[in-house]
Amino acid sequence: MELANIENLLEKYFEATTTVQEEQTLQLYFSQDNVAPHLQEYQPMFQHFANLRGEQSTRNVPLKPRKNYLKWISVAAVFLLTTGLFFNEWNEQRLASEAFEDFKTTMTMVSKNFNNGASHINHLNQFTETTNKIFITENN
Amino acid sequence: MKQADFLQMVMPFKDKLYRLAKRLLVSNEEAEDATQEVLLKLWSKKTKIGTYSNVEAFAMTMTKNYCLDKLKSKQASNLKLVHSNYKDENTSLQKEVELKDSVSFVHQIMDELPSQQKIIIQLRDIEQYDFEEIAKVVDMNPTAIRVALSRARKYIRQELIKKHNYGIS
Repeated sequence: MELANIENLLEKYFEATTTVQEEQTLQLYFSQDNVAPHLQEYQPMFQHFANLRGEQSTRNVPLKPRKNYLKWISVAAVFLLTTGLFFNEWNEQRLASEAFEDFKTTMTMVSKNFNNGASHINHLNQFTETTNKIFITENN
Repeated sequence: MKQADFLQMVMPFKDKLYRLAKRLLVSNEEAEDATQEVLLKLWSKKTKIGTYSNVEAFAMTMTKNYCLDKLKSKQASNLKLVHSNYKDENTSLQKEVELKDSVSFVHQIMDELPSQQKIIIQLRDIEQYDFEEIAKVVDMNPTAIRVALSRARKYIRQELIKKHNYGIS
């Protein structure tokens, strides 16, 4: 590349009227060793641009956003809470009705036995009847 | 869109996002975080990706906005300066040392530029975008971009010459 052309391009470069291709020509010129002495002060600039172009990101991209995770946890928490409350309510009802059933059977048993006992007591009437008969005849 | 397809689409410009973020945020870690954040955002919008005309320009714009927000926020005051390792050149030792010195000086000068000019220099001189592509990212018209670019390049030259003449850094 002839020097005059480079100088010309450099002039245009600082006015920002060069094309990308022309800038690549400049890059190429300044990346080699024999740069004309009066242009050497521009070398670090282009050198630096070339260095920066080589920088690379070293971290991998984890495509698992934490946002989603949190969302599902909250959904699960709400579900657990509602089922827990529902279960609690249902359990209480079940316990109450169970106790009621227990009480009912006990009470039926008691009343059955009571009636049973009461029917036996009826036989005692026999004594009253006979004593009455005796007293009545004696008094007469 | 599957994860593999997405990665295949994103990989060619992932490093460009990283370099732009690094230019603005300086720290390696911050730049990695920014890149990751932008790619995750892009991934969460994967159903709409087909409707974007230029995914790369879109991602670059997202990176730019993310970094500028970061710089505006308080966290920016905790940023560290990280020195990069420069490649060996095939020049003689003394020349090499001199050049290395000047190269890191260019880095310092670039850090002094306003964000807007930093972005434009990054997109043009490092990523070699043409003006239409830069216009999409920075949302400016090509003339304004040309003026800003010229200003930034002249600023770097002026500071370099100053250093060359007085030997101060």
